[in-house]
Amino acid sequence: MSDPVSALNRVTFDGFVKVEEMGPRGMITLRGDHALPEVKNAATGVAGVNFPGQRECRVVEERGLAWMSPDELLVMVPHGEADTAVASMESDLDGTHSLAVNVSDARAVFRIIGPGAREVLAKLCPVDLSPEAFVPGTIRRTRAAQVPVAFWMVEEDVFELVCFRSVAAYVFDLLKTAAIPGSEVGYF
Amino acid sequence: MSTRLQTGGRLIDRSHREGFSFNGKRLTGYAGDTLASALLANDQMLVGRSFKYHRPRGFVAAGGEEPNGLVNLGKGGQFEPNQRATTTELFDGLTAESQNHWPSLEFDIGAINAKFSRFLPAGFYYKMFIHPRPLWKHVYEPFIRNSAGLGKAPQDRDSDRYEHFYAFADLVIIGGGIAGLQAALTAGQAGAKVILMEQTAHWGGRAPVDGVTIDGAPADDWIAKTVTTLEGMENVTLRTRMMGAGVYDHGYVLGYERVADHCPGLGLPRHRLWRIRAKQIITATGAIERPLSFAGNDVPGVMLASAIRDYAVNWAVSPGDRTVVVTNNDDAYRTAICLKQAGLEVPVIIDARPEASGALPEAARALGIRVETGKGIAKVLGGKRVTGVALCAQAGEGAELEQVPCDAVAMSGGWSPVVHLWSHCGGKLNWDDAQAHFRPDANRAPTSHDGLPFVISAGSANGELHAAATLGDGDAAGKTAIRALGLSATAGGVAKAEAEAEEPMTPVWIMPQGAGVKLRSKMWLDYQNDVKVSDVQLAAQEGYESVEHAKRYTTLGMATDQGKLSNINGLAVLSQSLGADIPQVGTTTFRPPYTPISMGAIAGEARGEVFQPLRRTPIHEWNDANGADFEPVGQWRRPYTYLRNGENRADAVKREVLNTRNNLGLLDASTLGKLIVKGPDAGKFLDLLYTNMMSTLKPGRCRYGLMCSENGFLMDDGVVARIDDETFLCHTTTGGADHIFAHMEEWLQTEWWDMQVYVANATEQFAQIAVVGPNARKLLEKLGGMDVSAEALPFMAWADGELAGIKVRAYRISFSGELSYEIAVPASQGRAFWDACIAAGAEFGLMPYGTEALHVMRAEKGFIMIGDETDGTVIPQDLGLNWAISKKKEDYLGKRAQQRSHMTDPKRWKLVGLETVDGSVIPDGSYGVADGINANGQRNTQGRVTSTYYSPTLDRGIAMGLVLNGPDRMGEVVEFNKVDGTTVAAKIVDPVFYDKEGEKQNV
Repeated sequence: MSDPVSALNRVTFDGFVKVEEMGPRGMITLRGDHALPEVKNAATGVAGVNFPGQRECRVVEERGLAWMSPDELLVMVPHGEADTAVASMESDLDGTHSLAVNVSDARAVFRIIGPGAREVLAKLCPVDLSPEAFVPGTIRRTRAAQVPVAFWMVEEDVFELVCFRSVAAYVFDLLKTAAIPGSEVGYF
Repeated sequence: MSTRLQTGGRLIDRSHREGFSFNGKRLTGYAGDTLASALLANDQMLVGRSFKYHRPRGFVAAGGEEPNGLVNLGKGGQFEPNQRATTTELFDGLTAESQNHWPSLEFDIGAINAKFSRFLPAGFYYKMFIHPRPLWKHVYEPFIRNSAGLGKAPQDRDSDRYEHFYAFADLVIIGGGIAGLQAALTAGQAGAKVILMEQTAHWGGRAPVDGVTIDGAPADDWIAKTVTTLEGMENVTLRTRMMGAGVYDHGYVLGYERVADHCPGLGLPRHRLWRIRAKQIITATGAIERPLSFAGNDVPGVMLASAIRDYAVNWAVSPGDRTVVVTNNDDAYRTAICLKQAGLEVPVIIDARPEASGALPEAARALGIRVETGKGIAKVLGGKRVTGVALCAQAGEGAELEQVPCDAVAMSGGWSPVVHLWSHCGGKLNWDDAQAHFRPDANRAPTSHDGLPFVISAGSANGELHAAATLGDGDAAGKTAIRALGLSATAGGVAKAEAEAEEPMTPVWIMPQGAGVKLRSKMWLDYQNDVKVSDVQLAAQEGYESVEHAKRYTTLGMATDQGKLSNINGLAVLSQSLGADIPQVGTTTFRPPYTPISMGAIAGEARGEVFQPLRRTPIHEWNDANGADFEPVGQWRRPYTYLRNGENRADAVKREVLNTRNNLGLLDASTLGKLIVKGPDAGKFLDLLYTNMMSTLKPGRCRYGLMCSENGFLMDDGVVARIDDETFLCHTTTGGADHIFAHMEEWLQTEWWDMQVYVANATEQFAQIAVVGPNARKLLEKLGGMDVSAEALPFMAWADGELAGIKVRAYRISFSGELSYEIAVPASQGRAFWDACIAAGAEFGLMPYGTEALHVMRAEKGFIMIGDETDGTVIPQDLGLNWAISKKKEDYLGKRAQQRSHMTDPKRWKLVGLETVDGSVIPDGSYGVADGINANGQRNTQGRVTSTYYSPTLDRGIAMGLVLNGPDRMGEVVEFNKVDGTTVAAKIVDPVFYDKEGEKQNV
């Protein structure tokens, strides 16, 4: 196996925030009834974090769980562990109606870092990014300009954003454009 | 002449001079000037020619309502036409040119139109140019287009950048005058999250110019103090140079922020469009003074009284030594007093009212200004500049009483609240007889999703014109908003604003009231579109009773200023002509934006690199570096072909087809849709989605399937692989991936919610690489790692394994008719696998091929293509695909529709192959012609071409088409039309041109 290559191979940009493509990240779409203990246990078992509530994302380094919809979770693990994690969840969920799919390579992950991070995203996404409304641990599935994205806040001034791999260059260019020094809005 | 006063000017900084040019002339102004104030300070009163009659025009107003002062601004990539000089802040190096004149502003040949103005009445174009019809297109329209129009179209690409910004607030307040500031203070202190926006660069609105005092001190003091207080509040955002452009459903507000118009060249985004979701909105947008309709009211030097006051107080600009004031209200006396106090002459105040005895008229008299009551202006003297006015009795027909020489005329016909933003989302208006204007009716406010009001009007925008009431009204609006937000107001009084008391105004719609037609045809209502009192009266006479009809017939209010000055005067004239009351006639509809906003702001960031998303496969970079000639496929960029050493496209496609048929081809098929369908009911679900049976497919095997809409039309196709008992992988077309995924979810969520099925879109998880041609197996065997023999991996089977050390899933499927494997690898390994194939394939004659070779090869095999053979009106039965429609199934999507009479009509055109008799290629889109013509005089048809190519394999033109009774007419020759009007003969044949038995793909 060659080393896995992410869409933009960890490209970075320094504007009034720093934008980084994060390289490969293990991601699994898990569909199933969140109320079922089997589903909860399968997810928390591989991710090692607590089960998230609505619009919550719990991430510790490369592992985490994100609430995507009432019957969908995004499970994050290190890239090399994704297939094993799928197998482990499938065995936990044997007999329970569910679907676990490795989508690690279908995505690109960016970090937006800096005090202006809220503003950069608010230029592209119709989301209330004010500190009252968006706090570490919040996730939103939305759009950035013309493509679907999801993002969550890791800690104050640090967001992680995922988009489809095919539009990684577009999203990176969007983030760069929004982060050009001098275009700070000064709103938040 | 207009000039700069020696002292004063609250907005200018005399220590900073700014150089600029107007029509090539180099001029200077001060920091804080607008282009309009700087031009006036340089005695440039004449700034443009009118739209229709090319009459000389000067500034009328000082703000966003200005109809005349439009310029071509900037150069090259920063050029923009129709920019209002009154709202353009001066900066060093600004260049502007006046518009709509030829050959020059001073001498304009189009002004000849004015001499013929009685031949250009309302509706002139409709009446004159309607007959004969053909002349409209070829003679009249080009001529009219040449003579009309204001600014020039930009020639260069816009060199600036723009952006959007999404914000959410409890309360958006539009307008930073004293009412807006007070409302922000009240709401801010109660803890509401407030955005307060002001379209100019300054807070406070008119109050400082009008001499208002607040708590006993000049208004400026209170404004400065209040802004400081608001700036100290975490929950309040203040933005100047930001106009409320529109109010939309459910509290959506567009804010148009002109970030860098006043400081170009710093690399800032020029405009930022704020897209704000607000729970409550306060429109504190002020009021606009109305002109008076007297003969010659458009001569440069005739201005709104408030504008003359603005220029004098804000920018220390005198419009002339002698200014005559003409009014129907007390407020205009402020202009007379202001000018007099600045040391300028006011020869006379002409007041249309029978008497004027209020505090302001008395103050004017005390300054020694002559006041003539019951009088009007019979006409303005002068052409390119006011030289005087002729007085008359307002009650009469316009007989001249005396002439008064002057340089400027300050007119005031009363004030109209700016109700635009209130009205955008359905706020209703009441007619206020006393102030002769429409004002918001708080009981009929725009309502939101909950049926409750979400817009509140405040201050003079609410009809509270007097400063004393304005401040209290702002506070009341703030409190209304607070209650609606569920907050409570804090204790504390409102500051006390004071200004001179005003006596009632008297509406004056025509001056003098008995003016004859000669005078009326010189009374301008709409300066920008050259609409006169006589035009509106003519429209009324001709039966245009509805205000909306009269507007379109006369073009009143249809220019870029959208009738900000002309609206009320125009409909008052219309209602008088109709003998109806103004409220009965009503007003035209107010639509966003309030004033024009730039196209760039609307586009936001979407230009250049990020104009639209381009989707790239994991192989994209290799493709790009190796001659790929890309074509758009949805938002993907796929190689149409790979050009080598100076080949043209056709040669490259031919080479790729022949090489794939004879040796080995490699195709980047990553864009194919890959949907994973899993659950106990997955088989049942797919049996309903596809026309054929999927539930009987064995794990490890593949089956080609067709998907129809509920109307029976073929919408997508692809190979389905069964992964295990509960899991299927459905391939879709490239363009179908997203919408078929959505289609599946829709059926699962809305109709078949009881089915236990989950779907996931794994399209981008995999790079999919087709290895195609007689040498395909040899290549995979060389890469090594799994058994790809015919026995282990037969045609229409799949297997998981490893190739070249990479985890793969190999499908034995073929869209070319050759021995073919489609290899799916994780996208992060896609490039590595591709590179391994390229490296190992040299000895087998490997060449990558593009989408066109793919198309040619599938056409040679008679395989249909969604979007070529289908167009949303084609059912599988039309395409001879009955073999893929299960007879055993009780139901599938489209089954019922396919049984309807039109769908089973034997006359439906059916798919056949077409072979030209002369071997040429039938043009794309060609129709099979039949004898005779139809009712529309068009040639009858009997079929159409759906795909047509030069086949390198057969060295001739081949095509597929839908032909009347086609399958029953094998061997018949049908004529197909060509672009040059001739036809080409083609023989009806089987659509499979190559390897009919399918031996090559099954080896």
